[in-house]
Amino acid sequence: MVRVIISLLPACLAALYFFRLRALALIAACVVAGLVTEAVFLWARKKPLSPLLDGSAIITGLLLAMTLPPSFPLSSAVIGAVVSIALGKQIFGGLGHNIFNPALVGRAFLATAFPVSITTWLPPATLKVDIATFATPLGNLKFQEAVARGTLTPLQDLFWGNIGGCIGETSAIALLIGGIYLLFKRTIDWRIPLGITLSMVIFTGAFWLADPAQYASPLFHLLAGGFFLGAIYMATDMVTSPVTAPATWIYAVGIGIVTGLIRIVGGYPEGMMYSILLMNAFVPLLNIFVRPRILGQRKNEK
Amino acid sequence: MKKATFPRGLYPSEYKEATADKPLIPLPPPEKVVIPLLQHFGCIATPLVKKGQDVLLGQKIGEGKTLFSAHVHASVSGKVLSVEDYNHPGGYPVLAVTIANDGRDQTASETGGALDPFSLTPEEIRQKVREAGIVGLGGAAFPTAVKLGPPKDKRIDLLIINGCECEPMLTADYRLMLEHPEAIIKGAELARIAACAQRTVIGIEDNKGVAASILREQADHFPVEVRLLKTKYPQGAEKNLIYALLRREVPRGGLPFDVGVVVQNVGTVKAIWEAVSSGKPLYERAVTIAGNGIREPRNLLARIGTLFQTAVDFCGGLTGDVNTFIMGGPMMGIAQWSLDVPIVKGTSGILAWHSPPPAAVHPCIRCARCIEHCPMGLSPTQLAKFVQFDKWEHAEKWGVLDCVECGCCQYICPSKIPLVHWLRLGKNKISRAKRKKSA
Repeated sequence: MVRVIISLLPACLAALYFFRLRALALIAACVVAGLVTEAVFLWARKKPLSPLLDGSAIITGLLLAMTLPPSFPLSSAVIGAVVSIALGKQIFGGLGHNIFNPALVGRAFLATAFPVSITTWLPPATLKVDIATFATPLGNLKFQEAVARGTLTPLQDLFWGNIGGCIGETSAIALLIGGIYLLFKRTIDWRIPLGITLSMVIFTGAFWLADPAQYASPLFHLLAGGFFLGAIYMATDMVTSPVTAPATWIYAVGIGIVTGLIRIVGGYPEGMMYSILLMNAFVPLLNIFVRPRILGQRKNEK
Repeated sequence: MKKATFPRGLYPSEYKEATADKPLIPLPPPEKVVIPLLQHFGCIATPLVKKGQDVLLGQKIGEGKTLFSAHVHASVSGKVLSVEDYNHPGGYPVLAVTIANDGRDQTASETGGALDPFSLTPEEIRQKVREAGIVGLGGAAFPTAVKLGPPKDKRIDLLIINGCECEPMLTADYRLMLEHPEAIIKGAELARIAACAQRTVIGIEDNKGVAASILREQADHFPVEVRLLKTKYPQGAEKNLIYALLRREVPRGGLPFDVGVVVQNVGTVKAIWEAVSSGKPLYERAVTIAGNGIREPRNLLARIGTLFQTAVDFCGGLTGDVNTFIMGGPMMGIAQWSLDVPIVKGTSGILAWHSPPPAAVHPCIRCARCIEHCPMGLSPTQLAKFVQFDKWEHAEKWGVLDCVECGCCQYICPSKIPLVHWLRLGKNKISRAKRKKSA
């Protein structure tokens, strides 16, 4: 648990660097609200308060904050954090029992409850422009026909984070550093980021090869939006991902394809959040039907 | 060369340095020995002696009356002090014969050794093995005569000798292989004849390469092959050993003879040689006394019935604060609450150390490490949950009865969930329910 918090530090620092105080306020609000909600639930369920120290509520708050735009109202963020912990985790029975990624449950709720605030963006502080709203690279892609007009955000900006977007997802490099750390420490299953990346590349690549004048390249899709945040930190949550290797591949490929589908064919500019939640729903089924083979089990034996 | 192995499993630290180079020393027979009449898988033996009776070393003091039973022999000569219940390291009191040692080690005049062991028929070998009360010395203590006589419809083509000793800290089998290779090879040959197998393979983990070389030298004129296996826990588990050597899978609920194999421990085959060639019954075995709670860890040749306390005292006694005593290895051994229990046929080791208080148990976070490491391909986390919530049919369907209780899952669980305990509970409940149904 501590390792995940450490791995999120580069992304947190990037968030603070690009979005300054707003990022700090959002992170603080979500983390504190999450912890308080968890404490209240544990008390109501007459359980010891020690789970507060296991770090999972902190991570949920942190990840939720990462998925919010910098101008998102703090009060709404707090509501999101409460929903994440209460409906995403505690009512299932606490740590280890939830089906859906808690941070994404909160985010999905906020997207429906506050549709305008969640799609209002600010430029990063580094761009030094003084405007009230700003477009994200994926927003550009879908709603401004950026490919046709040639106004696609440069890959370089996507990589370093000089772009608009949710506070934690803008800097690809910061997220990658954390991701490599987690892979090295074997905290996350490598199959998930790899599976999502490969399926995403193949899916978006097919469209791009068919018509490069209309569709963005796979590399753009990997670097833009919440791809790395989702693939490295959200989808890899152990509680909500499958327990066997073959099931994990199915899960990861599913996420990649659905994200690509939503981004290219669907109505939203970004699909990572919904695709992960959708595949989370399949995980209990995958865990039952995709089981390891017991030593000595014959082919037709159940 | 890529060494043969089985999928999954674990690489715990071996901790064998303390005793690997310590040769087997005979533990002087104690003043009294307590010999339980049940030291084997199966039915308890019927006592043949009474209080006050004089017995000789090697005299049969307990008769195994059924097929799945074994005879019990005196490990000293002297006078029977009592035939009553005594604490057994298995965790429950068992009827035992206590003998006061007269110090003379007097044996019967006629020993019953065969002049030409290799000319005996399989049935004759099995008879001698049965007479000698030999059971599996790897720890499970299955009556060897039964194992060497599988059902007639099961054709055996291979005898496997288990020299893996995959449990950390134990080195008794290793020392046996270094110091008595000839007896092991010859005993293996007798076992092969008895089981009607075509050839023999000795499987040894590659951390015991020296032992492998020594055995290879001895194996010259016999149809024996010595093969090194990757050192991994639990390579010595029967089904994993068979898979690693032959890529054959023992069917679920089945036994090695279902794939044409019989497996014997190195200590067992050495005992077979001694029984057939010189008529010596099973009354002593190699035991490793180790752990940092023991002042001078050693490998001992101990008489069956010697109390654990005696063995520990011989090794310099305990070092200060020791709260954990284990019979066997650290992964699968049985915890003891007292050293006032006798060494039995299945005692491969006596370990002692100080354990910290048990760690708090956290909820399962579905990290799936238990599934990644289970050598039987089970899902321990799921099985434990089924058992916890009384879903017995699900547990059985998902394979709880296939669990060999090796401990890999519990060892690796980051939430410190007592998985083996849940699985064991499940196995016991389901087996009991099945027995009741068929009764």
